[in-house]
Amino acid sequence: MDEPAPHELSVSVVSADQEVWSGAAKQIIARTMVGQIGILAGHEPILAILGSGEVRVTTPAGEVITAQAADGFLSVEHDRVTVVARNAYLGEARDTASA
Amino acid sequence: MGAQLRVYRQRIKAAQTTKKITRAMELISASRIQKAQARVAASGPYSRAVTHAVSAVATYSNVDHILTTEPETITRAAVVLFTSDRGLAGAFSTNIIRESGELVAKLQAEGKEVVYYTVGRKAAAYFAFRRRAAEKIWTGDTEHPVFARAQEIGSTLVEKFVQPEADGGVNEIHIVYNRFVNSVTQIPEVVRLLPLEVVEGDEAPTEGEALPAYEFEPDVENVLDSLLPVYIESRIFNAMLQSAAAEHAARQVAMHAASDNADNLIKDYTRLANNARQSEITQQISEIVGGADALSSAK
Repeated sequence: MDEPAPHELSVSVVSADQEVWSGAAKQIIARTMVGQIGILAGHEPILAILGSGEVRVTTPAGEVITAQAADGFLSVEHDRVTVVARNAYLGEARDTASA
Repeated sequence: MGAQLRVYRQRIKAAQTTKKITRAMELISASRIQKAQARVAASGPYSRAVTHAVSAVATYSNVDHILTTEPETITRAAVVLFTSDRGLAGAFSTNIIRESGELVAKLQAEGKEVVYYTVGRKAAAYFAFRRRAAEKIWTGDTEHPVFARAQEIGSTLVEKFVQPEADGGVNEIHIVYNRFVNSVTQIPEVVRLLPLEVVEGDEAPTEGEALPAYEFEPDVENVLDSLLPVYIESRIFNAMLQSAAAEHAARQVAMHAASDNADNLIKDYTRLANNARQSEITQQISEIVGGADALSSAK
């Protein structure tokens, strides 16, 4: 992974059997057990349990990438964000998590 | 054709047929190693992330959690064996069973009772033959492990672990599996899963990089509660994937050796058959010569 420029997050979304997405981002929004959380560069280190739902990643170019992640956690440290979920896939919600 | 010659030709045929099978199995395994290895690599980011997070929580929280604290006395230990479903893979499953035997002897010497969990038909057959009881047996998908199975094993183990000792709960969980090193080397590995020994070998966070003080959401206990089963699962899934890759590798080596042996057999029997044929001819000639002699001397 490339070193992120200042004020950028480096994000990786991983599921049990593969890395779903990784790259740089401006902002990431996820749903934790207690509510939605938005993360920008410089966020304090946090380890949060994910509720099931969407993870929205805004890339530096302004593009929004949507991924579904359920059953996992999110960790932030030194502007490195890792979304770890047993089931995770890119795109809109599917009925059955076959990913 | 003489009887002896016919027997040799039959044996050559048999060896050739066997060789075709072993050669095919060798090639199939060789192609599957690649895929299995790719799956091990693909699951790497997940298990690294999980391990990293677990070591963060374990180091930066002072909560006493059942999954992290070492009990004072350990009376019962669970041992999980990862073998294969099918044979013809050399000493693959035997190694695991032997290694687990040593572990169990050690545990029993420490006065611990051992509860077995096994994965793969080979271990199941071994246990059935010796009338040894296993708490739970999983079979059917050792060549292509799926995450759902790892989840099932993980939750079974964690459930057993949190159970009070008096009700048959365990205080310790060990796993024994074949680690894939390369296509000729697979090392049987014994790992203690619980209580946690998080910092270990290549999966530990990079050195010199201090773990930051984390915020936990909702709180430390909750994070630990949901993180540790995930960690156990990911370790088990990793063991299953490693074991699958190692199984294919072991089978390839075993089948390669079998094909070579078949070649040697074919060569030996061909020599013997040639000998038999030659001596048959020699005998026939000497019979003809003897007969002609007898005829000419009778005149």
